[in-house]
Amino acid sequence: MMKSKSLISSKNLIALLAGLVFAFGLVLSGMTQPAKVIGFLNVGAMLDGSFPGKWDPSLAFVMGGALLVTLVAFAVTPRTGKRPWFAEKFELPTRKDIDIKLMGGAALFGIGWALAGYCPGPALTSVLVGGTDVLIFIAALIIGMWFATRLAAH
Amino acid sequence: MDLSNYLPSLAGGVVIGLASWLMLAGLGRVTGISGIASSALFGRKHAGSHDGTWRWMFLIGLVAGGALFATLLSAPSAMPRQSWVLAIAGLLVGFGTVMGSGCTSGHGVCGLGRRSVRSLVATCTFMATGFATVLIAARIGYPLI
Repeated sequence: MMKSKSLISSKNLIALLAGLVFAFGLVLSGMTQPAKVIGFLNVGAMLDGSFPGKWDPSLAFVMGGALLVTLVAFAVTPRTGKRPWFAEKFELPTRKDIDIKLMGGAALFGIGWALAGYCPGPALTSVLVGGTDVLIFIAALIIGMWFATRLAAH
Repeated sequence: MDLSNYLPSLAGGVVIGLASWLMLAGLGRVTGISGIASSALFGRKHAGSHDGTWRWMFLIGLVAGGALFATLLSAPSAMPRQSWVLAIAGLLVGFGTVMGSGCTSGHGVCGLGRRSVRSLVATCTFMATGFATVLIAARIGYPLI
């Protein structure tokens, strides 16, 4: 049972803080700049000099930096028989199967990511400051999520 | 290659990792932003069994922090894109991340951090189709960059 339904619980404040820190990381890293994302995905420029634009390896450093931390975090955070600081239990993904939904969904996500230069985190981070482009993207993202959730429920 | 150009990216990545660590240690959850957003919006509510307010608090922090740090550090400079391209992109990202159970944060940062094979497969897949999309778009005369 929940100890508290209050909006101002330790759990909610930690979630708010984590969101703020995550946003700081995304803005600092440059991932809220779609040009950096497309630049990373622009491998053609690395293979063929006649290609438009340049290859920008920034994203590899962002993911590398994040993984340095999360590899340690998930290795040292005790989970069996312990509780997180502010929740009843650890609720981590348990699935291990590799199916067509996983690969098909990831494939579609990659296409959309490249077309806009936004994945969900940086898009939400930019929603108040990114102008009409981000608003259109977010509106469509929500419709896409709704549709996939509806389909999955059937 | 001057590596100092990439220090902000590396530092930003470390900060993203620390935020994910905070969510793991504090709430016992992976920080998958597509999952947090889709569950907050469309997750089924089991009467009284779960308190999902933390999802909205995380999202509020992300949006407010984004506005704050964009003002302090660097505002996003959007790529010129036609509205229909952005709309199709958003639909694909929304649909695909729900169908594939995660995005760059859930699979790429947390999933790989947990050494999940599912997340490794997903990350390689969305990277591959991302590379292919930019490549094909340039080849058919619609360069994305």
